Formats: sequence, C-alpha cells, structure tokens
Amino acid sequence: MLKRVHFGPSVLPFLLVAPQIIITLVFFIWPTSHALYQSLLIEDAFGLSTEFVWFENFEVLFEDEHYLGAFERTTIFSLLVASSSMGFSLVLAAMADRVIKGSMAYRTFLIWPYAVAPVVAGALWVFMLDPTLGILTYGLGAMGYEWNHKLNGGEAMGLVVVAAAWKQVAYNFLFFLAAMQSIPKSLIEAAAIDGAGPVRRFCTIIFPLISPTTFFLLVVNVVYAFFDTFGIIHAVTQGGPAKSTEILVYKVYNDGFVGLDLGGSAAQSVILMIIVIGLTVIQFKYIEKKVEY
Amino acid sequence: MAQVRLDNLKKTYPNGFKAIHGVDVDIQDGEFLVLVGPSGCGKSTLLRMIAGLESISEGVLTIGERQVNDLEPADRDIAMVFQNYALYPHMSVFDNMAYGLKIRGIDKSEIRERVKKAADILELTDEQLSRKPRQLSGGQRQRVAMGRAIVREPSVFLFDEPLSNLDAKLRVQMRIEIRQLQERLGITSVYVTHDQVEAMTLGHRLVVLNEGRVEQLGTPIELYERPASLFVAGFIGSPAMNFATAQINGQGTAVALPGGAEFTLAEGVYPSHADRTVTLGIRPEDLTLSEKAQDNCVLTASLVEHLGADTLVHGHFGTDQTDMTVRLSGIRRVEKAQQLPLEILPEKLHLFDPESEKRLA
Repeated sequence: MLKRVHFGPSVLPFLLVAPQIIITLVFFIWPTSHALYQSLLIEDAFGLSTEFVWFENFEVLFEDEHYLGAFERTTIFSLLVASSSMGFSLVLAAMADRVIKGSMAYRTFLIWPYAVAPVVAGALWVFMLDPTLGILTYGLGAMGYEWNHKLNGGEAMGLVVVAAAWKQVAYNFLFFLAAMQSIPKSLIEAAAIDGAGPVRRFCTIIFPLISPTTFFLLVVNVVYAFFDTFGIIHAVTQGGPAKSTEILVYKVYNDGFVGLDLGGSAAQSVILMIIVIGLTVIQFKYIEKKVEY
Repeated sequence: MAQVRLDNLKKTYPNGFKAIHGVDVDIQDGEFLVLVGPSGCGKSTLLRMIAGLESISEGVLTIGERQVNDLEPADRDIAMVFQNYALYPHMSVFDNMAYGLKIRGIDKSEIRERVKKAADILELTDEQLSRKPRQLSGGQRQRVAMGRAIVREPSVFLFDEPLSNLDAKLRVQMRIEIRQLQERLGITSVYVTHDQVEAMTLGHRLVVLNEGRVEQLGTPIELYERPASLFVAGFIGSPAMNFATAQINGQGTAVALPGGAEFTLAEGVYPSHADRTVTLGIRPEDLTLSEKAQDNCVLTASLVEHLGADTLVHGHFGTDQTDMTVRLSGIRRVEKAQQLPLEILPEKLHLFDPESEKRLA
C-alpha cells in the first residue's frame, strides 16, 4: 500500500499567489468596476453632483457623429498600422531567413525598435518631420514637397501610422522569422527540385505555412493599434489637426481628462473593453488550431 | 532516362572541412546504384550534390549528355525522395503530386492523367488523393513522396534514406516495392542508406563510402565475397565478419592464430606473403562444424544465441582471446564451454594487410 500524503493547512500558498491577486485587484478589477459604474453616471464638471442615468451615456455616444467618426478613423488607422508593419516585417523576415553571414547582427538591429517606448518613438518621428526643424521635412522640401502635419490632417495620419508601425516591425519580424525557421528545410528543397523559384516558393509554400502566425500577429497588431498607440499620438499630434488623428483611445482621454465628461468617457472605455475582449476571444479560438508540419 | 557520371567530385565547406575527397562513378542508364556507409561518411552530401542542393567544389557532374555542375536543381531533370518525405502539409495528396507539373505549366487534363497513373502504380485510392498528408500513415506518405517523384518522369531518381522513418516490417515491404518500381520504370536511381541489408537487396551496384572516400564499388556479391578493405569487410554482412591478428607460415600455405588454431590457405595464392603478420577475416556463416574433429581448430563456446533459423555461438579459438562469432544454421544445442571442432573452405578466408587495411591478393 502506498501511504497517502496529507498536507496540513498552510498560509504559504496564499502568500505566494497574493502579490498577483493584489495587483489584479488594484490595477484591473477595481478600475474596471469603477469605469463600469461611472459609465452609468452623469457628473457635473466640478464633481459636485452626480446622477444615475442607466445607459444614457451610451445612447448619446452612438448618436454623436464625432464618436462615430473616431470609430471610423480608428479602423482605418489600425488597418494601416497592421498592414504596413506586418507587410514590411514579412519582407524583412523573408530576407533575414535567407541570410547566412551576419544573421545575428541583422536580427539584433531589427529587434531594437521594440525596446523603444511609444512616447520616445513618437518624439523621434516628430523631430525628424517637424515642419520647421525636421531633417526629413528639409529633404522633402528639397524635392519640392512641403510637409506640414500640423496643418494637413492626412499627413498627420501618415505620420502617426509610420511611427506606430515602425515600432511594431521588430515584434512582427521576430514572430515571422521564428515561424519561417520552423518550416523544415527539406520542404523548401523539395519545392526547389519541383522547379519553384524563390518568389514562387514564398507564395505557395512559406506563406501558407506561416498563416497561423500571420493571423496571430494580425490580432496582436490591431490590439496594439487600438490601445498602445496612445503615447505616440499624444507625443506627435495630440489628436489634431482638427481631430484628424483622434482615435478612440485618445478620445477617451480627451473627453474625460480634458473635457471632464467623466460619464461619457467611461462609457467609451467600456466599449473599448468589449472590443478587446472580443479580439482576445477570436485570438484564443483560432490560435488553438495548430498546423502540423 | 540517362547516364550519370561523377568525375572526381569534391566538396569542401567554407570552413575548410572536406566532406568528399574525389569520387568517380559511372552510373549506367537504368541502373540502381546505392551509396552506403556509416553516418557522417558523406553519402547524403554526395546525393545532395547530384541533386543540386549542395554546390560542387571540384570535379564534373554530367546527367545524360549535359554537364550540370552549375544548373539549378529544377533544371537537372531529377526527382528526389526525402527521408522525412517533405510533403507539403497544407496541400492535398493530389496537389502535392501535381505541384511540380503545375509549375512546369503542363495543362490540367494532362496533370490529372499523370497523377492518376502514378496513383494507380502506387495503389493510392481517389479518396486518399483528396486527403492531407497528415491524415496518412507512414507507409502511405512514403508512397505519396514516391508518387511526386514519378509524375515528373525525370531522368534520375534520388532517394535519401527514404525508409529510415518506417517500422521494420513496413521497411521490408517498401524495400521490395521500391525495387519492383525501379525495375518497372527503368529510371536511373541513386539511393542513399546506412543500412547494409537495404543496400545489398536494392542495389545493382553499391558504393561503400568512408570519410568521403570510395572504399569499394561493385555488385553486392562482389562486395560480400571479395571486400577490398577491412572497412568494407566489417560493414557488409550481419553478424559482422570476425577479425583476428594472424601469422602466415613460411611456405604461404596456412595461416595461424596466436592461440594455435590453423587454417589452410588457398593453394598458390599467398607464397609472396610468407611469414607475414596479417589481419584474418572470417565470416560467421563460413565456419561449419567439422566431422573430422581437427584438434587445432576448436572453438570454446562462451555464449549461445538462438535465433530460430540460426544459432549464433560466441567463443574463442584455443588460448587466443579474440572473440569469434559462428553462425550455425538451424537450432543447435550448444552448451557453454563446449568445444566445437570447426572447418572453413580455404577460399572463404579473407586476408588483409594490417597497415594499409587493404585486401591481400
């Protein structure tokens, strides 16, 4: 007979999980529940009186053309960021996958931008493209193009897209490269013997085989563009000119902390929360479907 | 269908490592040539050089009438079967087989016809053609990999250890299928394996490679009966050949082990090697029980293995401690420490120079 081992009651397991639970409670559950509650309130700008209004804040939001405009802008912005950063890093990864000499150096340099904080990345691009001081502005001027993202909404959008995508290229590159290197080499060789050139091999063998990674990155990039680009926008355009770069997450900040419409701002953040939950569900559901080689 | 000529092929890696030191082989049209050797002997490298997956550092490779040294794999008119099959996992079996044809721009009806024909040869059903490779068993995947090679109708088939991922039973079956297929299609084939049984049964001729050099090139029977070196002698045959240091007598008529056992040599072959120290090689199956009970050739058994069809007796001759294995056919009741009188035909003795490790006479 095997002796059954009994563990006496101990506080140690509770102590060990306590930090994680406390962090979750303080930084996630508490603010979330507060936002949920606040989205049902209307508060005056001085915080002297509040009124419980059920879903009136949401009703107002969906009739507000500025809010719907921000929705549309965010969609365009995140699609542009996701497609440009993924497309660019896919090309880089495909090239780095073929390199043999100095591949470590390439990889290290390509991974660096990921370590840069969003605000710093934004500041970097602001300096380079400042309408009066920027070196790239100067270069564009020499080619006869007058760059001024402080006046031109399209240019401002272009600038935040470039800054946001640039930062994400490193992350995407890492995942694409890892996916490409996990494809057995003999598959590529078999395709070469079958007569497929490098471009054909990429399109018919490599790209289909890395599609689970591509899908994962698409979700991650959309989430990034939706939420993590606040710092970049704040540093580069503050949502301007004329709200042309005001995406949803920036509008939450602008309406709440600048406009002091706390109820409306909370309602917006609840909607964002629902979007991120939806995206996460999609990601988990499809990412489980593994591809066998 | 084509001749393949390897003319002094050499491979040196950028780090200076020499993998292949000049290989010369003429592969006849329709021949099945097997490259065999232990792992790391360069057999796969040589095959990949023929395929165009590794560059050729020196020498000339011709397939048919063309020198193909600098041609891309796709332009060499070859097809290859990989060890892990290398089937495209996202494509159906049909698409796997049709891929090379599609790239060559062959029209759809002909592709369907050729894939169907190959599937019939390999006994793949229509239902299996629509499946993905991962839904097939190991043996079926193996067939698909061969089907992909067949539909291309190449001049040369290259096989890179295609059976090593299969279990023992399936391996024997697929071995026979590959042999039959090759005979039926008559396509020149080069086959790499580390398994000497596979090599012996499949090849018209074998190339035994060791550390990037050709040890011997010949038919399976030649390699078995007259191994050119100690390496080939030890590599071909199972259980492996027995080796012992021995001394030829003054007349060159007999060879003696230090322990006293003596074997008569074939007449008139070794007079020039009289009084020499040699390495004596004896195949376990060449020793037979003697009726005459010669007292100078007696094996003391130390271990007996019953295989059913054969009995393997391990032991040593007289006081010589070199281990010897004897393969007796059928079931023999042999006790430990029993004395077995043995004999061997003089022409079955293999003598090697201990220095150069080459065969004598």
